[in-house]
Amino acid sequence: MDLKARYAKELRFRMYGLVAITLGLICVLALFGSVLAAGLPAFKQTFIQLQLDLPAAKLDKTGTRDPEKMKKVSTIGYSKAIRDQLQQNLKDAGIDFSKLDKKQLKNMISKEAPAQLRYAVLKDPSLLDRPFDFEVLANGRIDGYYKGRVTFETAALDVMISPDQLVLADAMKAAGLLKTRFNGQFFYWPDASDLRPEAAGLGVALLGSLYMVIIVFVLAVPLSVCTAVFLEEFAPRNWFTDLIEINISNLAAVPSIVFGILGLALFINFMDLPQSAPIVGGLCLTLMTLPTVIIAARAAIKAVPPSIKSAALGLGASRVQAVFHHVLPSAAPGILTGTILGLAQALGETAPLLLIGMVAFVREYPALSPDGIFDPSTALPVQIYNWTVRGDPAFVERASGAIIVLLCFMITMNAVAIILRRRFEKRW
Amino acid sequence: MLDKNMEETVSEKSKIIAQDVRVLYSDKEALRNVNIRISEKMVTAFIGPSGCGKSTFLRCFNRMNDTISDCRVEGSIMFDDQDISQIDPVMLRAKVGMVFQKPNPFPKSIYDNVAYGPRIHGRARNKAELDEIVEKALRRGAIWDEVKDRLHTSGTGLSGGQQQRLCIARAIATEPEVLLMDEPCSALDPIATAQIEELISELRQNFSVIIVTHSMQQAARVSQKTAFFHLGNLVEFDDTSTIFTNPQDARTESYVTGRIG
Repeated sequence: MDLKARYAKELRFRMYGLVAITLGLICVLALFGSVLAAGLPAFKQTFIQLQLDLPAAKLDKTGTRDPEKMKKVSTIGYSKAIRDQLQQNLKDAGIDFSKLDKKQLKNMISKEAPAQLRYAVLKDPSLLDRPFDFEVLANGRIDGYYKGRVTFETAALDVMISPDQLVLADAMKAAGLLKTRFNGQFFYWPDASDLRPEAAGLGVALLGSLYMVIIVFVLAVPLSVCTAVFLEEFAPRNWFTDLIEINISNLAAVPSIVFGILGLALFINFMDLPQSAPIVGGLCLTLMTLPTVIIAARAAIKAVPPSIKSAALGLGASRVQAVFHHVLPSAAPGILTGTILGLAQALGETAPLLLIGMVAFVREYPALSPDGIFDPSTALPVQIYNWTVRGDPAFVERASGAIIVLLCFMITMNAVAIILRRRFEKRW
Repeated sequence: MLDKNMEETVSEKSKIIAQDVRVLYSDKEALRNVNIRISEKMVTAFIGPSGCGKSTFLRCFNRMNDTISDCRVEGSIMFDDQDISQIDPVMLRAKVGMVFQKPNPFPKSIYDNVAYGPRIHGRARNKAELDEIVEKALRRGAIWDEVKDRLHTSGTGLSGGQQQRLCIARAIATEPEVLLMDEPCSALDPIATAQIEELISELRQNFSVIIVTHSMQQAARVSQKTAFFHLGNLVEFDDTSTIFTNPQDARTESYVTGRIG
């Protein structure tokens, strides 16, 4: 073959590589672009500013300001109060709302608002005695209007919203009664029912995921490190350890849903642990993460030069001392990197959690104590799945927002792993 | 020739006496029927072509062969009239230090490298004592002046020759009686080698040194006694000058004159 043809071949091969990388980059950019476009609005929310002067006679019939007795008034009572106050506020601002009937007027505000107000009043009954400013969530459709999801055309076809309501919203916005701002509640509020997407948040899911990651960390790391150390440093080489080794490699390749079935059978049906609880999810994810971390830890231990161990043994260290004083510290960064990657994998895992009931609708936060791991909860990826399957486009927006949150965690964890690897990369 | 050697060494105290030592890897015999007396406070060199079993034999003295699962050692090795198979390997290795072919400092500070042995053997009662032990060991290792200002920097940051002297200092920090050196200069340049050889000659005042080397010049320079191994046999063991000028065995003569090996 002549030289020219050889160079041409090399050039062609380089072009194939470039094309492949470009395609990959385009896909990644498209993914990030679509997720960001769909999800970023979830971090903003439309609120209505109200000046409230609540009718004390209706909300506290006994006049004692005793929260126990005030509890008799349900959210329906507060709902009426809010509607009346909205009317008053609109009148004060000189905004015309004559086209709207009472129900439409009430629906300007989220169904979550009465509960919000009731909670605030029960917490501080003195609010009944004086006017105060209170911010309530706007209806999800109105929020959608300011995010481009709802237009006058779609509103005309929608039973949940009318163009007149949007006109009113614009007027309120001009008067400063309504504004769209950063939505911190998205991170700490619990999930919400189908009719009030504007109130849905990630609180329960984040807490559940946090509990599970802690469980996985506490269980998987010691178990994996012990297994890896034993297999690498102490176990004799025979058919039995070979068998264990093959099985660990196989376990790493088992589809995650299988671990969910195992968890359902073992932890819930056999051991009678509660459904939907982070403890069960954590145990399932631990089983799933174990082989990954074991393999990473073994590789890290194997990468420590045997001369280090010989040196320690030659000085009269016992095998355990040689391993714990020298081999493990040298392998620690590698083990840590593997652990972080394993945890990231566990954080993003969905399938096994669906099987053990974490897909349930959970509005109550799990307890903030160690007992919380036995309380029902959801998890970040399951919450995403949950929101994606709901009908209201507002939930799809929130699902994309949750994906951004999950991606941020993943990128952070992977970055930490890479930084640790770089920093402690061994110098022998 | 062995008998003659034993007569000669009667006046010198024997530190290690090996009798009928045989080493097998699985079923392959690496060393057969080796008898040798290692004298106290002398440098004994093991020479011979690659694969002759000299390193394997060296590793018998501190039972490092125990760490290889299919390695079997037969025969008896007496260390100060005590059979080493009866001594706990941890105790034995405190008394029989070892320096390896490739410098292998721990990825820790210079100080921690040297202090490790005394620490695990509980040699120092407090920090001041440990400091003293570390300084003494580094001085004996002829590296104190080079590292005294950076004791807490990593031992892996030193040059190859310095690393090897650090390893020697680390080995002598546990106050061993015998120092085993497995080709300690094979990874070093000639200047570093000269420094180590000088150090070995000094160490002889306090320790019995056994050095495996594939350099005959090195054996001639540093040792008083030389053992020549060939194909798993101890062929000849005598004063170094005798081995190099008047060998009894034809194989020794061929090797030291460069015809085989």
